[in-house]
Amino acid sequence: MADATLQHNAAAAHAAAGEYEAPLFGAYSKKVGMWLFLASDSLTFGALLFAFSYNRIYTIPWPMPFHVASIINASIMTACLLSSSLTMVLAVFAAQRRDTAWTRNWLLATMIFGAAFIVLHGMEWSKLIDEGLYLPGFMSLLGVSPSHAGGEYADVSKNVPQFTQAFFGLTAMHMLHVTIGVIYLGVVAFRKWFLPILGVIWVAAAFLIPAGNVFHYTVHVLGIALVVCAIILFLKPKDYDAEDVEVSGLYWHFVDLVWMFIFPLVYLMSTKIV
Amino acid sequence: MHDVAKHDDSKGQYFWVWGALLVLTGIEVWLGYNQVFSDPKNMLEVLMILSIIKSALIIGYFMHLKFEKSIMRWMLVISVTACFVIMYFFFFPDADRVKPPPNGVGIGQKS
Repeated sequence: MADATLQHNAAAAHAAAGEYEAPLFGAYSKKVGMWLFLASDSLTFGALLFAFSYNRIYTIPWPMPFHVASIINASIMTACLLSSSLTMVLAVFAAQRRDTAWTRNWLLATMIFGAAFIVLHGMEWSKLIDEGLYLPGFMSLLGVSPSHAGGEYADVSKNVPQFTQAFFGLTAMHMLHVTIGVIYLGVVAFRKWFLPILGVIWVAAAFLIPAGNVFHYTVHVLGIALVVCAIILFLKPKDYDAEDVEVSGLYWHFVDLVWMFIFPLVYLMSTKIV
Repeated sequence: MHDVAKHDDSKGQYFWVWGALLVLTGIEVWLGYNQVFSDPKNMLEVLMILSIIKSALIIGYFMHLKFEKSIMRWMLVISVTACFVIMYFFFFPDADRVKPPPNGVGIGQKS
């Protein structure tokens, strides 16, 4: 009996000690966790960027498919992401002074910039695919006939498959991260109210995007995200505070940061001079 | 309540950082579109240096790493940089071992 009491007291003392243990690096655990995730994620993107750079130097001649219209489009996409980072910082400031309305407004502005980036990127992808730049295996897997076999870039797809693989692999990975980022910010800003919004966007996109477009299939990522968000929001409902806004901001800035390498490496190193 | 990166910085500096990032992006576009460096390796190096400056601004200011404790700053920067240096030494000494053939057609491509 005495032993049990001693053990109970020791456990209580240990729990109390743990409760008041100094946080790692003087930062709260969510922030340290996000930084560690971003460090590991940067290695994923680092490997992809190194592989693309290697291909760029190794492959001679390297295809130059990006006309001035593509460069302008990609520059606008870059401006959207940079501006979204600024609005994200303003959201963090608003959250720190507990201004709920402006936190939500700035988060919404960030989401709009992010969504604009995704739409512009999707249009760019569709244009390149229509002109013959495609992954043959991926298209046949989806049952989409490559009717554009005679497009401007059909030769690139056939003769330099490492370009299409590196381009679509890298940009798809980044686009997925941006999509997850927009959804993450939506959950932080609107909580359960974001679920019907996400559901409407998913259904509308699935119906409006034509069957021949690659995004007709990949848009169902939103459906998966809807289920995941619903599980999180219903199992652990909470009001997201300034710490959560700052942590979501870290993720968003990271997405912006990665694009700062993708844009010059993928687009500017493959510019078609007319 | 833990810290939420509280520091006595003004919002103005974030607008300056945003402007600097846009200007650096403009310089990159100009360099890339005008093909200022004919050798792709030189072009890659210059663009990557500009991108590293941009990423330092984003990490330091937007991600507030500049305002965190120095141990956290150095732990993150050193560990990630070390991994990238290792990747660099694996990839790049090998990247230009294949010289372009006289007809300018690369490996795996039809002449």
